[in-house]
Amino acid sequence: MAVDRDADVSLTTAREPFRSRVHGRLLAAVALGGLLGGTARYGLALAFPTPAGTFPLTTFAVNVSGAFLLALLLVYLVEVRRRSGSVRPFAAVGFLGSYTTYSTWMFDTERLLGGGHCTLAVLNVLGSLLAGLAATALGLAVGRRVPAVAGDVRSRFRNRFRRIP
Amino acid sequence: MITLLGVGAAAALGAVARYLLDQYVQYRRPGAFPRGTWLVNISGSFALGLVVGLGARHGLPEQVLTIVGAGFCGAYTTFSTFSHELVRLYEQGQTGKSLLYGASSLLVGLAAVTAGFAVTTL
Repeated sequence: MAVDRDADVSLTTAREPFRSRVHGRLLAAVALGGLLGGTARYGLALAFPTPAGTFPLTTFAVNVSGAFLLALLLVYLVEVRRRSGSVRPFAAVGFLGSYTTYSTWMFDTERLLGGGHCTLAVLNVLGSLLAGLAATALGLAVGRRVPAVAGDVRSRFRNRFRRIP
Repeated sequence: MITLLGVGAAAALGAVARYLLDQYVQYRRPGAFPRGTWLVNISGSFALGLVVGLGARHGLPEQVLTIVGAGFCGAYTTFSTFSHELVRLYEQGQTGKSLLYGASSLLVGLAAVTAGFAVTTL
């Protein structure tokens, strides 16, 4: 992730050896999240198989829902809580990173193209891309609203409490 | 059941490989352009094409194909981070980088999966 780097992951400078950046605890969190996320995606693919030559709706739904959840989670961790501990490696990098997939998206598109389903191939590329971007934007917007709403509720509660003599 | 456990284990490995490669790329070549995720998604697409090709022409068992393809390649590559990076680059005013990242990921990704399949089925 280039954009929002985690303080506890990237505090080291480029002069330090790479191995000093690699922590067993973080790797374990990524691995556990990855195991669960990959299993969840595979389970959904088994439960809702999409036949060849049709729109790969399961992968589409997995990717779009994962994009929404990642944006929601990262905006909370980076902009609201400002530190993440093991939550980011486990839930963002591990679980949601593995739950969503890029290679299957590309492969399904290539298969549709090869099978002469050009419209479906274009729909799969552009549809997933646009829906993913919209889901990310929605996740960011919702994530930024939540602390404002929560703060509002808290301050109202405090104000009400103060009025009691 | 064995396949499900295999997919889970391969997905754990895929996630760790993605994390390590991304961290290493950020360490070697820090910058706003998400080189790490780019490299992960392209190489993972190539690998998936390769594995499916091995299954189609060289008798790689279906179970191995599922574990490596859906488990490892599926978890190694990621859509959610890709989408998040596109939006964040745009939000930070790096529209050019965002467009370049999106377009190159899609075009090279499609080329990579096709090339991976072609290499094993020539």
